[in-house]
Amino acid sequence: MSALTSASQSSRPVRHFEMPASLAGKLRVWRFTFARRLVQFGVLLAFFGTLHWGWTVFGQPLLTGNLSAAKFAGVLPLADPFAVLQMLVGRHALAAEVLIGAGLTLGAYALLGGRVFCAWVCPMNFVTDAAFWLRGKLGLGSGSDLVRLPSQTRYVILALALVLSAASGLLAFEAFSPIALLHRELLYGVGLGLTAALGIFLLDSLVLRHGWCGHLCPLGAFWSLVGRTGQVKVAFDDASCTRCGDCVKLCPEPRVLHFGNAAASGMITSGECTNCGGCIAICPESSLRFDLRARIRGAAKRGPANESTPGGST
Amino acid sequence: MDRRQFIVGATQGTAAAACGGLVWFALLEQQASAAVPLRPPGARGERDFTATCIKCGLCVQACPYDTLKLVKMAEAGVAGTPTFTPRDVPCYMCESIPCARVCPTGALDPQFPDIAKARMGLAVIDPESCLSWQGLRCEVCYRVCPVRGKAITITNHPRQISKHAMFVPVVHSEACTGCGICEKTCPTEAAAIRIVDPKLVQGKIGAHYRLGWKHQEGPQEPVAAEAARPATPEAKAPPAAGGLEYLNRGRWNAMSAPSRLKRESFARSARAAP
Repeated sequence: MSALTSASQSSRPVRHFEMPASLAGKLRVWRFTFARRLVQFGVLLAFFGTLHWGWTVFGQPLLTGNLSAAKFAGVLPLADPFAVLQMLVGRHALAAEVLIGAGLTLGAYALLGGRVFCAWVCPMNFVTDAAFWLRGKLGLGSGSDLVRLPSQTRYVILALALVLSAASGLLAFEAFSPIALLHRELLYGVGLGLTAALGIFLLDSLVLRHGWCGHLCPLGAFWSLVGRTGQVKVAFDDASCTRCGDCVKLCPEPRVLHFGNAAASGMITSGECTNCGGCIAICPESSLRFDLRARIRGAAKRGPANESTPGGST
Repeated sequence: MDRRQFIVGATQGTAAAACGGLVWFALLEQQASAAVPLRPPGARGERDFTATCIKCGLCVQACPYDTLKLVKMAEAGVAGTPTFTPRDVPCYMCESIPCARVCPTGALDPQFPDIAKARMGLAVIDPESCLSWQGLRCEVCYRVCPVRGKAITITNHPRQISKHAMFVPVVHSEACTGCGICEKTCPTEAAAIRIVDPKLVQGKIGAHYRLGWKHQEGPQEPVAAEAARPATPEAKAPPAAGGLEYLNRGRWNAMSAPSRLKRESFARSARAAP
């Protein structure tokens, strides 16, 4: 909280985010949302096109399987490490391919930031973002939640999923995962997966703000833990921030925008950050940006020496 | 927060987690124990299969006949796992077994050696609707069976005078792969031959039944359970009798004299006949 009272912010007037009137300005604000929809839809379309229209690359099927396990171009195996972990705690012998696939996927997200999956790939993100948009239209703030639940509930569910998988030798979360259900429905045809999506839409829009992703989803919790090693981070410039709080209102994981921590480390450190870029797009002072962890840390190390000269002039 | 508050809160949280966990566990076990759908060739045992199938659908995509489908939520079996409905599309038993080859987890054995060794299910016949059992010469299932002459054979059942003899199909579990081509091809309105989970229909004789005539036919093999039992002097005492010969010993000797005489004279005349 000491950062809140530092001279640089208190002396500056607080401006709030306003949607630009020009189309170019609007597109700039929406750029990460567009990019995320493009990636989400692109991944889905790559699976769908390979399945239904026989899309190929280098003469090989483009992307077979689904988000649980897949094969790119007939050679590169990919797999959901959380699903594989549920199998491993159940002490099942597995073929090498799925272990390699899970390792590659885990490695990629460990570099990008685990919850990049949540904001950029997960098909449920369409649903939860739509619910959040509806909340905004209805003017439902966080105070209007029907139930209250600690956001750590998802870690309890994650632990339960692993304990139950170990106890039963079955796949506790995969058996009921609404994400996998929805994804399969989108690929193979309508069924109860859409019911699961509707349930989550109702939960998120009317019962509990960010109810599924922010409180319940054990897959998101898993990626949060993986995301601690993420190299792509949201960098935070403490000097220009006026603490208007617009980013916190928009953020699907508001706790990650802890100004004290962010000011100290120069970035959003929490693994729960989904790298959705929402905060970056609406920050009226442009205090936030994507950057690599190493560069942010390097700048922070040089910081005190560098700041002493320009900081004195402001 | 004082200590009492902390302990109460922690206990309540644990209780909530345990309560949810128990419900979750019950649903999980219930889903896994529901009626078993037919599985692709080379599948592990059902419980092991559902626990290692990652539900990626790669086998479904690899199947050239669109045989395989993923189980939907609220259908029998664990949602997302592969199955097939033979009456719609049976398994055409590709020699290369592409479905098993692509399985990334080994829930289907990617090295499964021989499609004829697959046991996807077992064909069973409903004699009440089977045309052959009505005395018609159908035998379609016998002719379409890919494990021809082994999985389904035709047995002659003589019937009363002035009626047809019956040539009825008989399924042999040691060769039936459960591919379901018979079920697909069966000409009755609803298939009279169907692929089911063997566990639903297969009995087990039990090791304590000695099929004497089988011992007579083949080399004298001790019944497994008996061989495992340590030999006692009592067990050794009766000399090994071939086949039905045991009927001529034991309690038959305690028979009333007249019937014994009759039997013996019958045996004498039988011996004298040829």
